[in-house]
Amino acid sequence: MTALETAVDALLERAEDNSVTFDGLRLGSDGDAYTLSTPTIERDGLEADALRDVLTGLDDLEPYVRNWYHWQVRVGAKGTARRAFLRWCERAPLSADEMQVADPVDESPTLPKRNAALETGIDREWGQLAITARFLDTTEPTGERVYDCWHVEDADTALEALEVYDEPSDAREIATNDEDGRYRPLKTAPTLRSGWAFTGLSGRELVDTIGFIYPATIANWHREQRGNLDVDHWVDTAERQTGIYDVIDDLPREAVDWLAEACCVDSQCLRRREWEYEAGDDLEPAGGDGPFPCREPCSLVVAAARKWAILESETEKTYELELTTSEYNQLADLIDAVADGRVDDIREADVNDGANRYRARYLRAKRFDDEGGLDARERSE
Amino acid sequence: MQALVVAAHGSHLNPDASDPTYAHAETVRETGAFDEVRETFWKEEPHFREVIRTLESEEIFVVPLFISEGYFTEQVIPRELRLEGWDPEQWDSDGTSATEVTLEVGDAEKTVHYCGPVGTHDAMTDVIVQRAETVTGDPEVSEGVGLAVVGHGTDRNENSAKAIEYHTERIRKRDRFDAVQALYMDEAPEVDDVTEYFETDDIVVVPLFIADGYHTQEDIPEDMGLTPDYRLGWDVPSEVDGHRIWYAGAVGTEALLADVLLERASDAGATLGDALERVRQETMQGDAGPSESNSSHAQTNGKPVTDS
Ligand code: SF4
Repeated sequence: MTALETAVDALLERAEDNSVTFDGLRLGSDGDAYTLSTPTIERDGLEADALRDVLTGLDDLEPYVRNWYHWQVRVGAKGTARRAFLRWCERAPLSADEMQVADPVDESPTLPKRNAALETGIDREWGQLAITARFLDTTEPTGERVYDCWHVEDADTALEALEVYDEPSDAREIATNDEDGRYRPLKTAPTLRSGWAFTGLSGRELVDTIGFIYPATIANWHREQRGNLDVDHWVDTAERQTGIYDVIDDLPREAVDWLAEACCVDSQCLRRREWEYEAGDDLEPAGGDGPFPCREPCSLVVAAARKWAILESETEKTYELELTTSEYNQLADLIDAVADGRVDDIREADVNDGANRYRARYLRAKRFDDEGGLDARERSE
Repeated sequence: MQALVVAAHGSHLNPDASDPTYAHAETVRETGAFDEVRETFWKEEPHFREVIRTLESEEIFVVPLFISEGYFTEQVIPRELRLEGWDPEQWDSDGTSATEVTLEVGDAEKTVHYCGPVGTHDAMTDVIVQRAETVTGDPEVSEGVGLAVVGHGTDRNENSAKAIEYHTERIRKRDRFDAVQALYMDEAPEVDDVTEYFETDDIVVVPLFIADGYHTQEDIPEDMGLTPDYRLGWDVPSEVDGHRIWYAGAVGTEALLADVLLERASDAGATLGDALERVRQETMQGDAGPSESNSSHAQTNGKPVTDS
């Protein structure tokens, strides 16, 4: 039996009990005869045998039948995040239970257009990932899709120049360290290294691969699509903590703004922060533009908040210290360079940059006391 | 459909902390006994808070990859998983006898079988013994050999010592090693005095910790006198006071630990087919899994490991 015949059989079996409405294909029955339609074809009063002939014989119908078979039989998984995500990958319309938000993010192309695009591949971006959905076989089409996944920066790199994988669990290694070999405790930090590719993944394998690189992002995106993302705001999360993290609910309101600006902006994290101070009390920094939402402060932010809660409990003092104007400005340059992760980019001989290493060493030689700290006096009021 | 969730601590500072978790989960995954196998962490992602929603299965077996019952297994994990109606009393445990509680979760329509930690399961006794075999390279290791099981100590968590005592006693009853002794970092009998507790020339020291880190790679080797400075590394075995000390590193890196995950899930009603036999066969050959890389890590000694 050809792949098309298998698909037609499955479709007819389904149509016996229920009418079928899927991606532009409609098939109904009034008990004796069938009605068949697509945006360009309309037939009614078809007996079972005639229907089979039409379904296997009409070229324009084939893509609809194969598409139906792929999604409803091969993928199935109705209502799951996996299915919704794979539909999103090829810009297929999401069904009502997959999406309840008011505006669909994308205008979905018609099935013939989607099919034509799947011949060469449909590209999507998910954080720093580029994902391509394409037909497994274009010479003898069956409608089965496979997926490729690599770093967006490698979009123009030839496959031969990349390390190629096909096991989802290999993605964990890739996501563990950044380009410089440093450990990435926050998986959604924009520091995913490049130079690798997964090719020919099944839908399930693609979702598993992304699960290792950006854990739980698909599940939370899916909830958001359906309008039931459960956001835990700062206050909820802080009050829930026990043990050494019990102190984080002491963090002043404005310090939570600084925290979000320090950790959650796009330059530091690709998740789009949806949590606020509490419902109705938004934080100042924007939440970001990523495709996947952040529904509550993560463990890294909670750990950092503990440090800041302790630091913020100190009282402010006034210090006197001797600095030239340029030295004072240099302190600002140094903080800025560290905060933006720019330190390694400053050229050795670029002594115009206040954060240049020689400039910093000179300042230390000149202004530090014997204990290795800034030579300053605390001013008594 | 059924899923296994392995819940571990993880680390913000050190990627090795989660290696055993991934390795054992992978062993279980390869058996195909579960439709889904997922790692989850307190300090890494996916966080406990979000793991249940990443699964398609309705029946979920959660096994904490922790040594003892206590703060994490009784408070943190159930709270973060949103286990509805959880109360530590439901385990009805004396500190080492927790088995399973079946509950619903607050954020999904799933049934969660929340299991006791791996560290207190009877099968953990075999892992400790297996660790002694792995580190000595001798599957028959027993005669003329003393075994020390090392734990943190009671001032941090009273149940941690109970788990150590429990397995020490069980191994002692097997009458396999010349002597079996529980030792601690923070209380008597102390691991510093390890040689005082054994008359045998050979002493195998197995720390009951899940992952290699600060304690197993810095504190304990220095305290026992294997090395003056952990950064210099140590030999396995090392000479100390006329004894040969075979230091095993964290028991949690032993490949056979995957078996304990399966035992926990099986006790809680998971359908495993022949997965248990297969995992035992595979992980008892001692030629695969994380134990190898970690014992060589102990000999040459790698990066120090700390976490907040
Ligand atoms: S809390 Fe902030 S840093 Fe953490 S995952 Fe969410 S957006 Fe990213």
